[in-house]
Amino acid sequence: MSQKYDAIIIGGGHNGLICAAYLAKAGRKVLVLEKRHVLGGAAVSEEMFPGFTFSVASYVVSLFRPHIIRELHLAQHGYEVIPMDCSFLPLPNGDSLARWADSQRSRREIARFSKKDSEVYPEFSRVMTHMGKLAKAVIDHPAPDITSYNPKELANVLRLGKAFKDLGPDLLHLNTKLVTMSALDFLDQWFESEVLKAPMSVSGIIGTFQGVRSPGTAYVLLHHYMGQLDGVFRSWGFSKGGTGGISMACARSAMSYGAEIRTEAPVRQVLIKNGIAAGVILENGDELMANTVISNLDPNRTYLKMVGADNLEADVLKEINRFKLRGSSGKVNLALDSVPEFSCRPGIGEHLKGDIAIAPSIDYLEKAFDQAKYGEFSTRPYINAVIPTLTDPTLAPPGKHILSCFVQYAPYHIKEGAANWPKYREAFGDTVVDTLAEYVPGLKNKILYRQVLTPWDIEEKMGLTEGNIFHGELSLEQLLFQRPMADFSKYKTSIPKLWMCGSGTHPGGGIMGASGELCAKTMLTSRAV
Amino acid sequence: MKYKEWAGYYAVCAYDTSHEPEYYAFRNSAGLLDVTPLFKYRAKGPDAAAFLSRIMVRNISKLEVGRVSYCCWCDDKGKVVDDGTVMRRAENEFFVTSADPSFSWFSRFMRGYNVELTEISDEIAGLALQGPTSRDILKQVCDADLDNLKFFSTTKAKIAGAEIYISRTGYTGDLGYELWAENKDALKLWDAIMDAGRNYDIRPAGLDALDNTRVEAGLILKDVDYFNSLHALTDDRTSSPYEISLGWTVDLKRAPFNGQAALQTEKEQGSKWAIVGLDIDWPQLEELYYKIGLPPVIGSHAWRSSIPIFTGKDRKTQVGYATSGTWSPLLKKNIALATIEKKYDTIGTELQFEVMVEHKRYTVSAIVSKPQFYNPERKTSNPNSQKS
Repeated sequence: MSQKYDAIIIGGGHNGLICAAYLAKAGRKVLVLEKRHVLGGAAVSEEMFPGFTFSVASYVVSLFRPHIIRELHLAQHGYEVIPMDCSFLPLPNGDSLARWADSQRSRREIARFSKKDSEVYPEFSRVMTHMGKLAKAVIDHPAPDITSYNPKELANVLRLGKAFKDLGPDLLHLNTKLVTMSALDFLDQWFESEVLKAPMSVSGIIGTFQGVRSPGTAYVLLHHYMGQLDGVFRSWGFSKGGTGGISMACARSAMSYGAEIRTEAPVRQVLIKNGIAAGVILENGDELMANTVISNLDPNRTYLKMVGADNLEADVLKEINRFKLRGSSGKVNLALDSVPEFSCRPGIGEHLKGDIAIAPSIDYLEKAFDQAKYGEFSTRPYINAVIPTLTDPTLAPPGKHILSCFVQYAPYHIKEGAANWPKYREAFGDTVVDTLAEYVPGLKNKILYRQVLTPWDIEEKMGLTEGNIFHGELSLEQLLFQRPMADFSKYKTSIPKLWMCGSGTHPGGGIMGASGELCAKTMLTSRAV
Repeated sequence: MKYKEWAGYYAVCAYDTSHEPEYYAFRNSAGLLDVTPLFKYRAKGPDAAAFLSRIMVRNISKLEVGRVSYCCWCDDKGKVVDDGTVMRRAENEFFVTSADPSFSWFSRFMRGYNVELTEISDEIAGLALQGPTSRDILKQVCDADLDNLKFFSTTKAKIAGAEIYISRTGYTGDLGYELWAENKDALKLWDAIMDAGRNYDIRPAGLDALDNTRVEAGLILKDVDYFNSLHALTDDRTSSPYEISLGWTVDLKRAPFNGQAALQTEKEQGSKWAIVGLDIDWPQLEELYYKIGLPPVIGSHAWRSSIPIFTGKDRKTQVGYATSGTWSPLLKKNIALATIEKKYDTIGTELQFEVMVEHKRYTVSAIVSKPQFYNPERKTSNPNSQKS
């Protein structure tokens, strides 16, 4: 019988590591078990090809909570995020739109397509900045249970209610629109130019099996507006060394507080004794005992694999089967011989240093979704590409570059069944390269290596069920006190002493760290650990 | 030479290492300033006057052809969106300048009016020739009857073969003109004026010198002395015309215009804030420096940081904040523009202005005055007539 831990965390993603750091900082004996040889989960940097370090899955950061950086001293442990200055949209007709951090520069770019939009843009930003301030009330606390009469819960509901009330009537009305409308309908109320609306609307569909015209996607748009870097709302940035750099900073912080971290230690299942979580059983058969077990895995894997359907009550089983994962995106990472230059804006400029969207029109995006609805990957997909090596040259050999492409739609459930994805992997990769090559002549000749991740690969490699990058869709019915399900939304599960700290819990989604932090804080304040 | 960003353009702050000669040019001879980054619009059509009257707080329908109106425009809450000038070039044609891009805002109110609104910011260049010798310089090269062109009037003119508009307007509070030309004519216009000005000590001038002069003249600046209400992040940052010394431009009793009801209410119930001038006590400041063995130090640049204003030296009750200020070399005064609670805006009221002397904070007295510290007769007079 080996030593007993206060908490064993299954999965060494950034949330698991943050949860470990908070618990260890509070003096608890913590063990993190990661099945892979690298830490980070979906926030991972790996040298996939000699000299080329990819942010294999998640690739930019904005939503990471600033107080976590402070409280866990992450900057001292290597957390470094460099802001992106530009959002670039190449267009098939040879034109392009670049939106910059500099508002006047953006205005003059947008004015080429619509003078009105160029002037409304700051008004829109102002309103969204106000809405983004809600983040503090929504993201930085466990979701209050609106059905409870417990005075503590009522106080939490009131606190959230006050945050909304403080918005004032105009913004409250706007909020109603945000949670009910489609991303496109919402943007239509502000803007006229499709060249602006198309790239803005994609914030409403990222990681979601919905189209820009699907109701509810306006909320996902807001979710992406809640981010901040150094107090500047809505800005996105590159993590030095790839997104794994953030995970490694979290790991170093956790270790500095005494947490133990094991890699290549896959867990087979949670050890349940008399209906209570008592530890974990590793794939190699080892049993590790703990007072509490915390799963950083998504709700589906936590309940159905780690606990097992046979240990679940009927209602819980029903709810977990209803939980929507529906991975809808893939990733294509290219190692390039030189900088990819866009024919519509030749040269190696600042416009290449931010994110590059292939989203030339609303219909283009909606057609991409149409194919996905019927079980095919989009032959003309929405692509969000970045060239992180222009900002962080250490990721590739000198003069070489990385083009990292987030690709949507790639539905997990393709017509022939998800298991057939490997057959289509290279065709999917070709589609992405072909699409980009229309804007970047000579791209194909620059490619040294290519990594293609279909949603099936994301599931296999990272353990994200159905390849869903958010551990479950960010649709309104799966948020707040219903994430992942109504009765178990506060990091608890239906199994006593088994907790959850992953993106499938409130607030979820993106490299945010809030789920890991709030799980640890909830456990500590309730003396569960 | 120093540049800064102005409406998306690089604009010159000073053509040399010091801006002071340019300030003296504005006040003693003439300075030539590129104001092309201003936003410019043309409103044309039978309903152009009614359309602009619906937007502006001033009744533009009353503006005579050939006259210019300085005014501001408000949102429904009666808070100022922006300020600028409206020039009536013909019965049905107006030229509008603004500090912020305003096409979207103006065009929201076009429905029902027979008017064509065109943004001409990128087509029309603007040159400001400001200073006591500006009229004499222009007369060398211009066919217009400048001796009879009154303050806030505009006329067509021909300079160096280019058809332009001249308006007797400016941002220095001095005798001066603004010249509006098509881009293609801008360079030859500049050259012609510089040539004509050679015997009148003309200088190219930049924004730093302009800032000194506009504070002396009590002319407010958007994003410094007030904020565009459409971009302000909080309600506290918005201001009504009454609160930024533009109450005189508001014409309430007429057909509906943006903000009318709110402005009517504010007029009846009173405003919360007022922009005033502050005459900051020099001997007291001097004394603070002398006490620690230093001569008084004061920069020649105008400043635009927020400085708290108190009622007493104990700094307990803050009643406002100064938003811009300058040492006036001409008036030999240390002056500022400040937003203070309305009840303190009586001329002559003594307030306390915070200063930092050798790393320590103190206050010195500041006397409330009109924002307009400098107002020479030549600004509005014409050579052969009585003061107009």
